Amino acid sequence: MKVRILVRLKPGVLDPQGRAVHHSLDGLGFEGVEDVRIGRMIELDVADNTSDEALNAMCEKLLANMVIEDFSIEKLETAGAA
Amino acid sequence: MGFRAAVITFPGSNCDRDMATALELVSGTAPIRVWHGDADLPDNLDFIALPGGFSYGDYLRSGAMAANSPIMRSVVKAAERGVPVLGVCNGFQVLTESGLLPGALMRNASQNFICRTVPLTVENTQSLFTGSYDSGSKVRIPVAHHDGNYFADEATLDRLEGDGRVAFRYDEPCNGSRRDIAGILNASGNVLGMMPHPERAVEDAHGGVDGRRLFESVMGELVS
Repeated sequence: MKVRILVRLKPGVLDPQGRAVHHSLDGLGFEGVEDVRIGRMIELDVADNTSDEALNAMCEKLLANMVIEDFSIEKLETAGAA
Repeated sequence: MGFRAAVITFPGSNCDRDMATALELVSGTAPIRVWHGDADLPDNLDFIALPGGFSYGDYLRSGAMAANSPIMRSVVKAAERGVPVLGVCNGFQVLTESGLLPGALMRNASQNFICRTVPLTVENTQSLFTGSYDSGSKVRIPVAHHDGNYFADEATLDRLEGDGRVAFRYDEPCNGSRRDIAGILNASGNVLGMMPHPERAVEDAHGGVDGRRLFESVMGELVS
């Protein structure tokens, strides 16, 4: 099973990288960009019977830093699924 | 007796030798060098240092991989027993990632790597690590980091301040750290994490010796 994990800075946590990219977009002349936030996408290929609890634990213990980040887990279709 | 210290080396540590040299210079005894893959620490340690550098290439987040290396389980246990643990720079990042210290160290607000000597105030001069500094001491110690921007929520910051756990504070904005925090203690006072490098300020050739008292504080009577 392929699992896509999105790790994002929590709302309110300053994202200097996003701010710099926002500035660059402005500099390129793109109008109407209100905000830019940069996160991280992690793709896992795990056994089909991997539990939600295990996936959550992976995120909480290592993939995300819960002090500053939130995560979301998206299960992608398995090869065998119709 | 001597001062029985250990310096942990992770893949990508680059201040481990500086730390070992500083410890030997101040204490007269060479520390034991410990590899991250070792499961156990030497017995009867007086001090553990987690050095600066870029452990595991800062993959995922600075310090995140090192915090899960085999030796860190032993370091956490030693810290819980009361052994003094100092984490400098990447070592501070490892301490927050391992949960021994609260908060997180984010990318510098300027996005730039900052490498210069900064003015600091020693906020708590009663701790195990800072007892040899005079109250309100102003010191100058080098920083060299990309991810030194200390973040914690307001309640945690208030608790750190109220309990005297802010050990060092930048005298001028440095990297975007909340409340200009440069170094913090754990609740029991035996774990210190700091971004400035005291091991780079222990002899005249370094341009200053303001870091020396930190090592003298923790060595105390063990080296007299």
